[in-house]
Amino acid sequence: MAATDEIAVAARARRFLAAHARLRPTEALPWLVAVAAFFVFPDRLTFGSQVLVMALFALSLDLVLGYAGILTLGHAAFFGIGAYTVGLLAARLDWTEPLTGLLAAATCAGFAGALSGVVLLRYRGLTLLVLTLSTTFILQEFGNVFDRVTGGYDGLPGLSFSPVLGVFDYDLFGRTAYLYALAVLFVCFCLARAIVVSPFGRSLVGIRENTARMHSIGAPVHGRLLVAYTVSAALAGVAGALHAHTNAFVTLSVFDFENSAGVLVMLILGGTGRLYGAFWGAVVYMVLQDSLAKFSPAFWQAGVGLLLIVTVLFARAGILGLVEAAGRRLRGGGP
Amino acid sequence: MIASMTAPALEIRGLARNFGALAVARHIDLVLERGARHALIGPNGAGKTTLVNLITGVLKPSAGRVLLDGDDVTGLPQAARARRGIARTFQINQLFRGLTVLENVCLAVAERTGAARRMFPSVRRDAAMIDEALAQLDGLRLAGDALVPVRELPYGRQRLVEIALALAQRPRVLLLDEPAAGVPSAESHLILDVVASLDPDIAVLIIEHDMDVVFRFARRISVLVAGAVMTEGTPEEIRADPRVRAVYLGESGDRHG
Ligand SMILES: Nc1ncnc2c1ncn2[C@@H]1O[C@H](COP(=O)(O)OP(=O)(O)OP(=O)(O)O)[C@@H](O)[C@H]1O
Ligand SMILES: [Mg+2]
Repeated sequence: MAATDEIAVAARARRFLAAHARLRPTEALPWLVAVAAFFVFPDRLTFGSQVLVMALFALSLDLVLGYAGILTLGHAAFFGIGAYTVGLLAARLDWTEPLTGLLAAATCAGFAGALSGVVLLRYRGLTLLVLTLSTTFILQEFGNVFDRVTGGYDGLPGLSFSPVLGVFDYDLFGRTAYLYALAVLFVCFCLARAIVVSPFGRSLVGIRENTARMHSIGAPVHGRLLVAYTVSAALAGVAGALHAHTNAFVTLSVFDFENSAGVLVMLILGGTGRLYGAFWGAVVYMVLQDSLAKFSPAFWQAGVGLLLIVTVLFARAGILGLVEAAGRRLRGGGP
Repeated sequence: MIASMTAPALEIRGLARNFGALAVARHIDLVLERGARHALIGPNGAGKTTLVNLITGVLKPSAGRVLLDGDDVTGLPQAARARRGIARTFQINQLFRGLTVLENVCLAVAERTGAARRMFPSVRRDAAMIDEALAQLDGLRLAGDALVPVRELPYGRQRLVEIALALAQRPRVLLLDEPAAGVPSAESHLILDVVASLDPDIAVLIIEHDMDVVFRFARRISVLVAGAVMTEGTPEEIRADPRVRAVYLGESGDRHG
């Protein structure tokens, strides 16, 4: 190969791989939409913060499912642990400062992720699905048995938290809650983004693509998955804590199967392994749920079922996959 | 450490493994000196791939030891052995099919250098990794395909990526499991040229059915039959051995037929 060709290839290759890490203009879109929503729907901000919380929850799932390829139906466990961490701290110990609450929630959920991951991540597929699912059930039952502490199925109602950063008090219109949730989501997105474009994140993709080969090139696969699972659990814990902060109550329903399944559906709708699929999936799912359920709950359930079927049959890569494919087709004709 | 001065790169002692009642490896001994060029031949189902799996740690032996540079690695998992310098290629491609050729090699480079533990991007260090991967690809005349997803490559070039991944590990022991398998004979020389020009310091064990290739490449040959080493020797000795002719060379003509 001629020297000039080599240089050209090298330059192209560098640019290509750097492009993974470089910010694209489209990445600003979710944040612009989120900020615009604040001004356009001032009376729907409470709902809006629920969407942002679920986007963060779906993001946490994307790390393990979308990148590392771990299929789990028990992510609500970490969401719930996060929610109960700040709930119990506030209700029982009067620890109401929200940001340290988030850190405590991340720590507890991350710890639970690491602990359970040591055992669970030795399994894959159906076994893992059932194990994660039952772990969540057990946690829920645990919360029920110790109802003197957790409040049982009534949960912890009427929590009050200190103002965010000691300044921004929660208001009736949910303005503070919305902006607070948006800020936390943004910080977590930046973190997750750094992780997935890092060599560590690429190695997770390697595990998803071919676990056997990763073993053979010297990757400590179990350890890698454990780290990813722990980070993901911590992020899910932050989402759960945000949920408690923005709603001012927690009940054991955070551990419901529907919570684990719902976040999975959101991520699949939006597109796995793309980070922003979590955002758009949560938006589409929650908005549809909100508008269809007005007619009747059955209408919503049939609607989401149909949507899922269409997605997995015709758009395996979700909404973002469709957008990417359309973008490629548009650019295909041009330079 | 002192052992590594004198010990062979790879030594296998009495390695055995059963699948149920089937003994696929029976008390196998094998020594690869530094820079060895060793071929492992034997009929289909003789247990050649199984032996590679035992050496690399994919399978646990029911008896016997594997020593790398004189150190017993029998108890170590696959990845730990890989990091100590064993690399292998697969008889059937095991690649990251959805990723580009360059990303494939980068994964192997990142594992070897320890970059894969890094959880944040770094322009400078990532560039060093990419440059190393590109240099690796260039050495195999694959640089032009660097940005092509592996699944879009013709099979013959995918076989080269198999080797590129193994070489990116900078191994001291390289196990090649039928590197040209599945490649049209018109293209197989591209792969065999790469094999012939491997770093002379690497100890290479090659499994290959083409006797011309084996006799040209290997300085020692082991013949595996039904899980046991029937004989081992120089190419001349193997060629002259009537038992080898009977069990293997005699049937090599219609082996694929
Ligand atoms: N995981 C397994 N479980 C049970 N039997 C196995 C397993 N793997 C291989 N075998 C059997 O062990 C024997 C040796 O297989 P192996 O793949 O090592 O042969 P080989 O010498 O590599 O053959 P080939 O030339 O066809 O690649 C075969 O009879 C095979 O069917
Ligand atoms: Mg084989």
